Amino acid sequence: MNTATLNDPMTTALDESVTIKVNDLNFFYGSFQGLKNIQLDVFDKKVTAFIGPSGCGKSTLLRTLNRMYDLYPGQRAEGSIVYKGRNILDKDVDVNVLRAKIGMVFQKPTPFPMSIYENIAFGVRLYENLPKGEMDERVEWALNKAAIWTEVKDKLQKSGLSLSGGQQQRLCIARAVAVKPDVLLLDEPTSALDPISTVKIEELISELKDDYTITIVTHNMQQAARCSDFTAYMYLGELVEFGETDKIFLNPGKKETQDYITGRFG
Amino acid sequence: MPTEHSSKQYELDLEGIRSRVLQMGGMVEKQFYDAMNCFRTLNPSEAERIIAADIEVNQMEVALDDVCSHLIVKRQPAANDLRTVMATIKVITDLERIGDEATKIARAAKAIHQRGIVPIAHEDIVRVMAATTGRQLHDALDAFARMDEKQATRLIVGDEEIDLEYRVVMRSAVTLMMEDPRTISAALDTLWVAKAIERIGDHAKNIAEYVIYIVEGKDIRHTDYAILQQASQ
Repeated sequence: MNTATLNDPMTTALDESVTIKVNDLNFFYGSFQGLKNIQLDVFDKKVTAFIGPSGCGKSTLLRTLNRMYDLYPGQRAEGSIVYKGRNILDKDVDVNVLRAKIGMVFQKPTPFPMSIYENIAFGVRLYENLPKGEMDERVEWALNKAAIWTEVKDKLQKSGLSLSGGQQQRLCIARAVAVKPDVLLLDEPTSALDPISTVKIEELISELKDDYTITIVTHNMQQAARCSDFTAYMYLGELVEFGETDKIFLNPGKKETQDYITGRFG
Repeated sequence: MPTEHSSKQYELDLEGIRSRVLQMGGMVEKQFYDAMNCFRTLNPSEAERIIAADIEVNQMEVALDDVCSHLIVKRQPAANDLRTVMATIKVITDLERIGDEATKIARAAKAIHQRGIVPIAHEDIVRVMAATTGRQLHDALDAFARMDEKQATRLIVGDEEIDLEYRVVMRSAVTLMMEDPRTISAALDTLWVAKAIERIGDHAKNIAEYVIYIVEGKDIRHTDYAILQQASQ
């Protein structure tokens, strides 16, 4: 893969640790512009949270990062999202490979209607042809990574749907992890879960960031404050403020951000 | 003024805390004023009253701490709200200590009274210092009420003056004691009072530092921030 030279005046010393660099990103749902001129760096092995009111574009932004929007007609993105030296918005990027490298977990747990084992193995088979022994190892490894191995190791052949909501969500995270991605995109991963499962997912996020770059969309601001290293506040399709989470939650630079995180919004 | 909260109750809770802190501030300001008056008149029953009134200030401290913990657990405040609550908890402590210092002054007044004849002009010695400190305390509460970081900066610098005046008082007291050993008890009592006044000045300065923390988000404790700020203007 060739390394693109970036002629970006904003390029800083931090650049070497940037995993995804979003530049002048505009996104359209038909004629409606969902994202406006987004500039954002997603840093390597850090958790970046997107916060903002409903409809502000945070999920849209997340979905552009692995071109999830490609699945829907009439949606298009302009600008650049540079990952490993390539603009992933280019037509010739193989989205299947891209989505293996930049995995996604959704708001509602979406296990496939198959066994726990198959839920993990299914995705792996799409990209790799592993012998049975290695596949077993990979499944165990992924379930371990997602902190659910001890709970399911004796019932791997049971349906993924038989698990509780929190377990199903961790199974989905295991599924995303199993194909060994670089980046995990989490779209409100705990909004359908109870508080205990939420805590488990949050703990998992802090463990996973040792190995992965994570971006998370959340409506729960305390969650963003707890789990993320960087926070981006978005409003009406614009990135209002981006900075270290501690700074954003203790002393944000912009009044709009402060109004939102202190609940003075609207 | 910041925009209102989406939650009216949250807004009311924060406003309630703020007004009770100011009420507590008013209480200790009066405590200090009364204590200095008492130190002048050496009226023992007045001294007793001031000492007893400290209980009210203490209760206020406990009640306000409780209200702040409840706000934190219910609302998980962030940004300026969080800074306000954090600073308020600390301001309350400073106010309570000011109440304690006022009590010490009242106790000193009682002690001097009990000894009978006063061989020195005890109140004259600390009058200037007490007046400066009274102004500083008033300004600190005013800066807190109006969230005025400029006024806060000025009064942090002004604390130097009280420290200087304290040293003047100390020299006077030492001189008196050396000249005439019969003044030692009264001079020592006066020194304790001067020390209490000086501490009240420090607490006023702390309150001013918290105002800057709330408004600007900068923790300037143990720095030369105020002096540098003042010099640059």
